[in-house]
Amino acid sequence: MIDNKIIQDLHTHFYSSMVLIRKFEEKIVALSQDDGRLPGMQILANGQEAVATGIVSTLEPEDVIVSNHRSHGHIIARGANLNSLMAEIMAKETGVNGGKAGTLHLAVPDVNVLMTSTVVGAGPPLALGSAFAQQYKNSKAITVVFFGDGAAAEGSVHEAMNLAGVWKLPILFVCENNCWAGAQRPEEHCATPNIFLRAKGYNMPGESVDGNDVEAVYNLSRKLSQHCRSGIGPAFMETLTYRMRGHGEQDRQHYVDPKELAIWAKKCPIRRYGKKLLDDGILNTDQIEAIDQEAKTRVEAAVTFGDASPYPGPETALTDVFVHPLNT
Amino acid sequence: MSQKTFGQALNEALTIALEIDETVFIAGEGVGVSIHQDPNMATHGLLEKFGSRRVKDTPVSEAAIAGLAVGASCMGLRPIVEIMFFPFITLASDMLVNHAGKLRYMSGGKSSFPMTVRVKAGVGFGAGSQHSHNLESWIAHSPGLKIVWPSTPQDAKGLLLSAIFDPDPVIVVEDMMLYRMPGEVPGGDIRTPLGKARMVRPGTDCTIVAYGAALYVVMEALDPLNEQGISCEVIDLRSLVPLDKACILDSVRRTGRLVVVHEACRFCGFGAELAAMVAEEAFDALKGPVKRVGAPQSPVPTATTHEKIFKPGPENVVLAVLEAMGK
Repeated sequence: MIDNKIIQDLHTHFYSSMVLIRKFEEKIVALSQDDGRLPGMQILANGQEAVATGIVSTLEPEDVIVSNHRSHGHIIARGANLNSLMAEIMAKETGVNGGKAGTLHLAVPDVNVLMTSTVVGAGPPLALGSAFAQQYKNSKAITVVFFGDGAAAEGSVHEAMNLAGVWKLPILFVCENNCWAGAQRPEEHCATPNIFLRAKGYNMPGESVDGNDVEAVYNLSRKLSQHCRSGIGPAFMETLTYRMRGHGEQDRQHYVDPKELAIWAKKCPIRRYGKKLLDDGILNTDQIEAIDQEAKTRVEAAVTFGDASPYPGPETALTDVFVHPLNT
Repeated sequence: MSQKTFGQALNEALTIALEIDETVFIAGEGVGVSIHQDPNMATHGLLEKFGSRRVKDTPVSEAAIAGLAVGASCMGLRPIVEIMFFPFITLASDMLVNHAGKLRYMSGGKSSFPMTVRVKAGVGFGAGSQHSHNLESWIAHSPGLKIVWPSTPQDAKGLLLSAIFDPDPVIVVEDMMLYRMPGEVPGGDIRTPLGKARMVRPGTDCTIVAYGAALYVVMEALDPLNEQGISCEVIDLRSLVPLDKACILDSVRRTGRLVVVHEACRFCGFGAELAAMVAEEAFDALKGPVKRVGAPQSPVPTATTHEKIFKPGPENVVLAVLEAMGK
């Protein structure tokens, strides 16, 4: 029997984590509307906060995450330093990767977000290496790789699932099915409406879950991550959620039916969970308000930190290609 | 020193690496149980000696094999993976070009990728263009990747060991036509430094640069050239990235002439880079045109009669040197 305090803390953590991710990304929306404030594309996971929070909350510190172009949620849920994350998205010198990653290529090894790849479908083969290293070192750690319904069409994902199945690697494959791959709906690019069914073909357990229900995500992730941790082999989890914004911030979603968007807005994982916490008497409105306020304050502090930081100087533009620079 | 074939020298390097470093493992298609059962194959006998934890046969999945190397090296292991034939590297190219070569830079130096990719290359065994296609220029053109190409058993061992223990991703190209070639190989953990060319033979009239099996085509051209009173200086490049610019430029400044020989297509081949480098940095020393000897812009043929037309021979080298000499 877990005591009530732990449960209350977990509920509070779920809510706080989702709110922090949302506020952080809402700030990016605002910043990206200021010309030149943020370089490159901004790709957000607005609406998918329950997936990142629910799954990452089941991980041990030594577990490894391999993420993709829609990575902010996974990284924030993992507890990365918000200041250096925001500074990196601004491509500042104080960013977690010295301004060389930007929003798209973040790597935060100090919280074991080993790498992200924006090449769609590249995460799973990379996760093979991480999980192999864990198995090779006899560690109890596992690797979680996040990818989308669009990535599920890449051959590399199949190669990785097959090899993980053959070698029984400790990988939790997480397919965040957010109903959109670019401007394509699953029925336009995916031969099956149930991507998780593919797990059977690779001899691993696979289940789907309401990706906007943080507790359901957490519970399934606990079950499947324990499976991976036990050394039996990989597992597959499909989270059914919705991409509330465009593929990137330049995408005005002209192809999206506003009615559908409105339906999913009502299923917002944060609003839904906040209401549940209030209804169940786990948190009161003051506490909810305080959590929102704290998230806002932390995000503002991160922006202030980023704004105050310089852009990287020319002397680092060509460093870090190799460990020891070449003479040629 | 003992006599070993090129393949046995590679095998010795892999054995030493597995023996001295617990983080080293080998993975690829047929690296454990091979269809060949040939002691001249680089991975022959390693599974029996080191077991299936460290010598891993994989499915036919080049992207997965390369991804395995990228991810495992980032986690502190030293993977040595094999891509069976050079043209198959296209299937692994996203993992190599977009990941192995870029992730360290994009991490701001937080991550490193000490991985080795062995790839078998070669033109002249009649298997046609999907088993024979030298793509070294693709690799050399991709930032963050190193590429070496030994031509002797000693360098096969020394370059492979250096590659394995280098902190960055290295592609080691193994010429299949050389696997059975014998040579003197020093015992123990020998390292041929990456980025150091080898002076094969000093000469005064024309510098010839080659790598891999093409070096032996050059060697066959030396006698006929000598008979015409032309003394050639031959450089075995050994390493394309890093490139030993100093060695080439120094030689060209002495001879005043350069001929580059490789088996890859001449158009946009690595020889073009060397020709451009010499034009930019040693133009005043040149006494004649820089000449490139390479394959025509065509898929590698299958028929022996066609292969002869495709693959540069000693006569092409002789002709190129004569042209460089203005004869």
